[in-house]
Amino acid sequence: MYLFSAQNVTKKYAAHTALNNVSIDVPEQSIFGLLGPNGAGKTSLIRIINQITAPDEGALFFNGEKLSLKHVSKIGYLPEERGLYKKMKVGEQALYLAQLKGTSKQDALKKLKNWFEKFDIISWWDRKVEELSKGMQQKVQFIITILHEPTLLIFDEPFSGFDPINVNLLKEEILNLRDKGATIIFSTHNMSSVEELCDNIALINKSNKILDGKVHEIKNTYKANIFEVGYTGLDDDINKILPNGFDIINQTTTNGIKHAEIKIPIDSNSNYLLNSLLPHISIVYFSEILPTMNDIFIQKVNEQNTIINTQNI
Amino acid sequence: MKKILLIIKREYLSRVKKKSFIIMTILGPVLMASIWIIPFFIATMSDEKKVVAVVDETGIFHDKFQATDKIFFVYQLDLDKAKEDLKTDKFTAVLYIQKPTYSIPTDALLFYSDKSPGIVTQSYISNEMQTILKNNLLVNAHNISKEDFDLINRTNIKLNTEDIRTGEKSYTEIKTGLGIFSGILIYFFIFLFGSQVMRGVIEEKTSRIVEVIISSVKPFQLMMGKIVGVAMVGLTQFALWIILTMSIVTTLQASFPNIFNGHKTEQTYTAGQKIPTADQIQLEKLQKEEITQVIQGLFSVNYVAMIGAFLFYFLGGYLLYASLFAAIGSAVDNEADTQQFMMPITIPLLFSIIMSQFVINNPDGPVAFWLSIIPLTSPIIMMVRIPFGVPIIQVVLSMSLLVIGFIASTWLAGKIYRTGILMYGKKVSYAEVWKWLRYKG
Repeated sequence: MYLFSAQNVTKKYAAHTALNNVSIDVPEQSIFGLLGPNGAGKTSLIRIINQITAPDEGALFFNGEKLSLKHVSKIGYLPEERGLYKKMKVGEQALYLAQLKGTSKQDALKKLKNWFEKFDIISWWDRKVEELSKGMQQKVQFIITILHEPTLLIFDEPFSGFDPINVNLLKEEILNLRDKGATIIFSTHNMSSVEELCDNIALINKSNKILDGKVHEIKNTYKANIFEVGYTGLDDDINKILPNGFDIINQTTTNGIKHAEIKIPIDSNSNYLLNSLLPHISIVYFSEILPTMNDIFIQKVNEQNTIINTQNI
Repeated sequence: MKKILLIIKREYLSRVKKKSFIIMTILGPVLMASIWIIPFFIATMSDEKKVVAVVDETGIFHDKFQATDKIFFVYQLDLDKAKEDLKTDKFTAVLYIQKPTYSIPTDALLFYSDKSPGIVTQSYISNEMQTILKNNLLVNAHNISKEDFDLINRTNIKLNTEDIRTGEKSYTEIKTGLGIFSGILIYFFIFLFGSQVMRGVIEEKTSRIVEVIISSVKPFQLMMGKIVGVAMVGLTQFALWIILTMSIVTTLQASFPNIFNGHKTEQTYTAGQKIPTADQIQLEKLQKEEITQVIQGLFSVNYVAMIGAFLFYFLGGYLLYASLFAAIGSAVDNEADTQQFMMPITIPLLFSIIMSQFVINNPDGPVAFWLSIIPLTSPIIMMVRIPFGVPIIQVVLSMSLLVIGFIASTWLAGKIYRTGILMYGKKVSYAEVWKWLRYKG
């Protein structure tokens, strides 16, 4: 069951195409990563999901229904560029923004008090936003985003501007929200920051979706059969004990432990490699090196660019 | 609908609670009341008596200066002695009239010691000298009686105009004053509150809160909420100003009745005159009538129509321009960049103010007609015309066009606004704005 899906969405601004026939499916109660470099079209897609702008073509579905204004109260959005009314008091402002999302005043007040107590910031209630530090403002804004208990949460570059302690607090809260039933969309160009959190991803480059699927499936597809072995007890070059067809890609030594990255040929496997190594060395660890999303992304983008370039010639 | 009310409420309350609003609300009536009251106070406060010594070499002015309750004249023969006395503060000033080289004196010299005599004293002396000189020429040289001379001096034709159908007098000066005043007030209000809308939009854009808000409401709702909220702030301020000004003036009038009543027009008539002739009585009557005419003139204006029209044209004009102000605010990143876009707003408003001078001279002419019909200029020009009476059909036409005008400008501004508020860090040109207008959804 998909909580949200966009089908063949196209958005053009005069001569510039921001999104070209992009489709995504976000499963319920999962974390979805919308990845891509700056200017790829992520923010355009997020604005379309938030109904800030409308697509030129394509269809959008929320919980199986056509996306409409009644879904606004079910969506929480933390934009990349965050800000609040500087002259307004924290509590008053949070109340106002919650009411704009359709929460009743009493309800919003009760929930706000709970969250403010949880984050231990109840003393900020009557302070003006401009008196708070940037990190404090971000906390307030996070609470405002999730206060109306949206089923779909959209975070655009969520961790930029937070210090490491608050990043952890945020990650924890986000996982908590997912466990309670919320579905989360992350949009970021910093792929390593969300890789470990995401269940599914879509890669967008130059207005086109170039890759999507479950994170572990993608990684498996793109793995290069490289294993890393950490060992001691061999003074000689490890190359001399490797079977034919196996290549050393990288070698380092740290704290007396030697590390080697070995590429296994297609007609062989890791067990065979281990068997050939075991008589000669004592193994500290042995693991497969999966490509990072970053690596996959760069590979895909280069592929796409080559195709475009070839077409142009 | 519920959300737009929330926005209006926030925009209204956040402005009304501001210190600057409270200060403006109090300061405005104090300023307006003081414009009205200060002249009266000044008149009563400067009660220092002035003694002017006149050293007259011509002999024309001897014993002729008319004393007032503030300025007295003494006559001296010796200039040097008078100057000595001036130094010991016996006199406030010494007026020295030299024997002229030709027939009549054309100048005089006023000596003073440490304080320069005020402009009031100086102009009183020079007026007196002129009257005395004219008197001397006419009475002595041409043998005209003093009574006739006074009559000549006070002749002044007032042309009254009257509508033969209604019997209503036209009181042009009062209507001119009222028309220009309300025109300027509308101009001032449009700029004052329009730029508040613009600053509000820029604040939302630069603080980036706008993206959070428009994920909850439509950009158009946000824009309209702001415009309506600020309009209500304007009306509140306007109402408070009227109430406060009126209460300050009435309170002061009640507490110090003598200040406001003591300085009526008594000194307009020569005090030295013993038995007034029939002509003089007639003159005095005419002068009193002039005052009653001003009052009648003020009463002859249909204030219900004036205030009604003022509210309509203020709101209509404000709505027309405020949405344009909002569009400008959305297109820029900071207030300094607004300059290039202000032209389309400033020019029609300034043009209206300049043209109102011509309209006043001919309130029913074709220029007046067209400018009071076109929505961009009608809020100011129609207000200038209203005190003179405008055919109802023209008012209806002008009002309907203004309504259509502000709907059109709001629609246009809405299109610019919804794209503009999401554009950051880009120097926007007119060509760019034109592109935004053609974007869909």
